[in-house]
Amino acid sequence: MSTAVHPPVPDRRSPPPPPPARTRRVHRSIGRQTHPAWFLFPAYAILLVFFFLPTLFNFIYAFTDWSGFKSAINPVGFDNFADLASNGTLFRALRITIVYAVLVAVFQNVFGFVLAVLLERDNRLNRLARIFFLIPVLMSALAVGYIFQALLKPTGGLNEMIGAIAGHRFDYAWLGDTTWTIVVVALIHAWKWMGLSMLIYLAGLKTIPEDVIEAARIDGASRWRAFWAIRSPLLAPAVTFNVATALLGSMNGFDVVQATTGGGPAQTTEILNIFIYRTFGQGLFAQATTMSLVLFLLVTLMAFPVIYTLRKREATL
Amino acid sequence: MTGPIGLSDRPIWRRLQPVVTTILVVAVIGVPLWLVVVTAGKSQGEALNPDLSLPSHWHLLDNLRQIWTEADVPAAFFGSLLIVVPTVAGVLTFGSMAAWILARRATRVNAALYALGISGIILPPAVVTVVLLLRQLGLAGTAIGMIGVYLGIYLSTVIFFVTGFVRTIPTALEEAAQIDGASPFTVFRRVVLPLLRPVLATATILICLYVWNDVFYAFFVIGGRLDTLPLNLFRVASAGLYLNNWHLIFAYVILMSLPLVVVFAVAQRKVIAGITGGAVK
Repeated sequence: MSTAVHPPVPDRRSPPPPPPARTRRVHRSIGRQTHPAWFLFPAYAILLVFFFLPTLFNFIYAFTDWSGFKSAINPVGFDNFADLASNGTLFRALRITIVYAVLVAVFQNVFGFVLAVLLERDNRLNRLARIFFLIPVLMSALAVGYIFQALLKPTGGLNEMIGAIAGHRFDYAWLGDTTWTIVVVALIHAWKWMGLSMLIYLAGLKTIPEDVIEAARIDGASRWRAFWAIRSPLLAPAVTFNVATALLGSMNGFDVVQATTGGGPAQTTEILNIFIYRTFGQGLFAQATTMSLVLFLLVTLMAFPVIYTLRKREATL
Repeated sequence: MTGPIGLSDRPIWRRLQPVVTTILVVAVIGVPLWLVVVTAGKSQGEALNPDLSLPSHWHLLDNLRQIWTEADVPAAFFGSLLIVVPTVAGVLTFGSMAAWILARRATRVNAALYALGISGIILPPAVVTVVLLLRQLGLAGTAIGMIGVYLGIYLSTVIFFVTGFVRTIPTALEEAAQIDGASPFTVFRRVVLPLLRPVLATATILICLYVWNDVFYAFFVIGGRLDTLPLNLFRVASAGLYLNNWHLIFAYVILMSLPLVVVFAVAQRKVIAGITGGAVK
């Protein structure tokens, strides 16, 4: 799931400037009565127990020998990291996850943007087409994975069609190539979520006032120029949202990869969550925790700068 | 959209666009869905090597019936409902309660709490250690544990959406109710909650989608103890017994996707407006 497109963009509005000291004190005591703090309690209690505490645990148990084979848990320092780094797993999984995330972000946004431009006009055919492109968004990612596993078999539907067009047998194993399968899986992930990106871009396109484009056209800008110079920069908030959600969704990805390749061939599509799932299943809890911590750090190090940069670009445009 | 906009008004393009659109829908969406339907309609022998051909005889209903009873779909369906419904109700209630306070009382503490509250949108949940924690709490493998984990993951989304929304609502209505002597709880329930309907609709759609289809977190927390539709589908697809039983896998895909597709078909305008409404401001 988790493919989650979380809406990740922090609110731009800052709280209103604080009023002068005395009125502020009055406001505050009124606020305490009309908007009591206990309303915060259930949400923050749940967040603390089910979100922040496990996250804190991540920082502790990644440095232990916690496993399914014995009950004692002892601290081992950086041994888990050293082990995973020395056998190459750590950097391989990191590299694959980053490649996967970037590919998904690019594909999902390009497809979503092209679809939005293609289906922009509001007529019956376009509305119907938009609904079709939303069906994969509603489907379970696991189901999507199985569909493509069947479609992309060497003897599957896609090769069947290519063979019919080319006039000779075609039996490329789309999901069995140690170099290109990661790209294929990223395309499937993007296929599932492109409808959502399309919707966001459509909404973004609609917010652009027509008189701006009209003015540019009157000034003699060609259609292409009016489009690229005026409309696309105004889509910046939609780009921020879509790039960020695609990056987060794919870095937290699991289902599509699990259902198509399960991490193979030869572990070339084993993104972090697949590794975590596999080692957890083997009872190697400390290794799984270590990778979970690595994912946490990766997302933190990657997502915040990306969102910050996109936001800044948005502001300067 | 009308008017002299962008690329879409060139005469040739106007003629071509419907053709391109149709071809794209058929090739990109039509082919995979076609594969699901024809394979789900085939007999086991015919479906051994799934292709795009029509089944010689339609077995769709037989296959649906077989998967319904053999894979125990009803139990998985109720498992899914048992988790999705309380999760959505809880996340909306607690999330909007917190968001209301965060939006209305602009103190420094609340600003920090807000930042902390929405950090979960970006930070990935610690799936491995949450299992350990649930064991210590005696909630491992239970529906309550699973609901708690989902609440922890998706509260951030709700707090983010709703706080932004509350800030756009004028306070006058709340104040009128307060002057009439309404308690904070009454103000929240009678005045604030009804105003939040559009944003809560967006949140409901997104969270239903995530939780209904989630399999990753469910693996860790309730895998093997409690069945949900995605977990059950995974078991069906990976079990040796069902290996390469594509007709059953795709019959399951149809069964599982149907509820969401029906809801979507009935409320598609609202769903589309809901998804986009909260996202781009």
